[in-house]
Amino acid sequence: MSTDLLIQAIVSGLLMGLIYALVAVGLSLIFGLMEIVNFAHGEFLMLSMFFSFWFWALLGLDPLVSLPLVVAALAVIGVAVHYGIIRHILHAPMLAQICATFGLALAIRSGAQLFWTPDFRSITNPLSEGRIEISGIFIGQPQLIAGLVCLAAFIVLWLFVSRTETGLALQATAQDRDAAAIVGIPTDRMFALGWAIGLGCVAVAGAMLSSFLFVFPDVGVNFALLAFVAVALGGFGSIMGSLYAGIAIGLVESLGGVFISPSYKSLIVFSLYFAVVLFRPKGILGRY
Amino acid sequence: MLLEVKDLEVAYGDFQVVWGVSLTVDEGEVVTLLGPNGSGKSTILNTISGLVPVLRGDILVRGASIAKRPTHHRTGLGIAHVLERRRVYPYLTVRQNLLLGAWHAKAKAVRDETLAQMVEMFPILKDRTDQLAHTLSGGEQQMLALARGLMAKPQLLMVDEPFLGLAPQVVEQLKAVFAGIRDSGIAILFIEQNVRLALSMADRGYVLESGRLAISGKARGLMNHKTVRRVFLGG
Repeated sequence: MSTDLLIQAIVSGLLMGLIYALVAVGLSLIFGLMEIVNFAHGEFLMLSMFFSFWFWALLGLDPLVSLPLVVAALAVIGVAVHYGIIRHILHAPMLAQICATFGLALAIRSGAQLFWTPDFRSITNPLSEGRIEISGIFIGQPQLIAGLVCLAAFIVLWLFVSRTETGLALQATAQDRDAAAIVGIPTDRMFALGWAIGLGCVAVAGAMLSSFLFVFPDVGVNFALLAFVAVALGGFGSIMGSLYAGIAIGLVESLGGVFISPSYKSLIVFSLYFAVVLFRPKGILGRY
Repeated sequence: MLLEVKDLEVAYGDFQVVWGVSLTVDEGEVVTLLGPNGSGKSTILNTISGLVPVLRGDILVRGASIAKRPTHHRTGLGIAHVLERRRVYPYLTVRQNLLLGAWHAKAKAVRDETLAQMVEMFPILKDRTDQLAHTLSGGEQQMLALARGLMAKPQLLMVDEPFLGLAPQVVEQLKAVFAGIRDSGIAILFIEQNVRLALSMADRGYVLESGRLAISGKARGLMNHKTVRRVFLGG
């Protein structure tokens, strides 16, 4: 077993982990803010991949170029989802909340199958293509760029939430809704903002994935599952927790795939999850 | 009149908890709301700040109804609410908690000035400025909650059970703080379980019993009133 192989596995695991982390943080942010589990998270990832695909197929825009448009589109959808659905079920029983976002997931996925067929599509000749070699380690260029863009998005998110006044208001709303409202923070607008940011994060990840993965209506399902694991692992509502957990999942998946067997990689990820929740049910950085 | 609550009725779903309560707070006045557990005191404050909707009746600030305004507009109208059990933002620092207190435009304009006043009024907060709020002691959290309320530059400060669970020395400190707030011309409407303590601080008091007003009047007159004794001692 060579060192090269080990480093190779770590690098690709790390890059994939950054994407998982960004998908997960959107989920975590929405949950942390209003205790709503967004079961349609994977479908929003799928939507953003399709948006990137159509921008390329119809307008010839590379996913890297259409990235801001896809992010804006998903952010608008996030706001619409909040005002159209979520705010009406905020005080509803948990089962109603689960049905609402789960139903949304089914509607989006079925809609995608209806309008875009279940075919697998892919973007050919994207701007970032091929792979680069650094002393015997091969890194796929799309994966490298995807990982770096996701990391950059993560840093921007972190700075926004921890350094800006609106970000602090968002945190205050997450920590105590009523105590935020009584100082004058418009909590309903904060929730809408949370949805915009949450889906914006997913959009960045989806747009990046579209340049090296097939685009099809069920593509989000597996990512959503991993995102749920990452959120539980990192701690519900914790931003940094999502980052660590996303990277951990990427690494475990990649190292397990190389050193044990690729067909067991999900088993290994879920075993890790199982072990963590068994010994630390609130996750690595969780407060709940 | 600064605050006027008229024939207020409040219900949680089908369960009505406040029945036709009227009360007033004048500019600069200190008023206490007394009553046993579950008599509707907190509900009334929460309705005034908009966390709980009005079923019937009205709430007026300087003569204008605020009953239909959303919660986040009400601090801008001069009402700050310090919730029961402090409710500081646990994972934000003391400083961040305070800055968020001055959220609406008028308060934000004089934020740094108010912050300096708060640090002077509550010296303990200065030493704790970068500490997460949940690491503070109960008394310190209460000071922080009060300071956060005052950051909004209110004309009326509503405080829900400020002395709950505090050591006697801290209670004395807080009493001095309340005297300072009153001297600066801010009216106070507060809830307290300890009748003697509450009436020693207030100008006037209202006594609630099962969501209805049992008696109200000057604090001194209520001190040994038989109705007050009946409500609290059941005698």
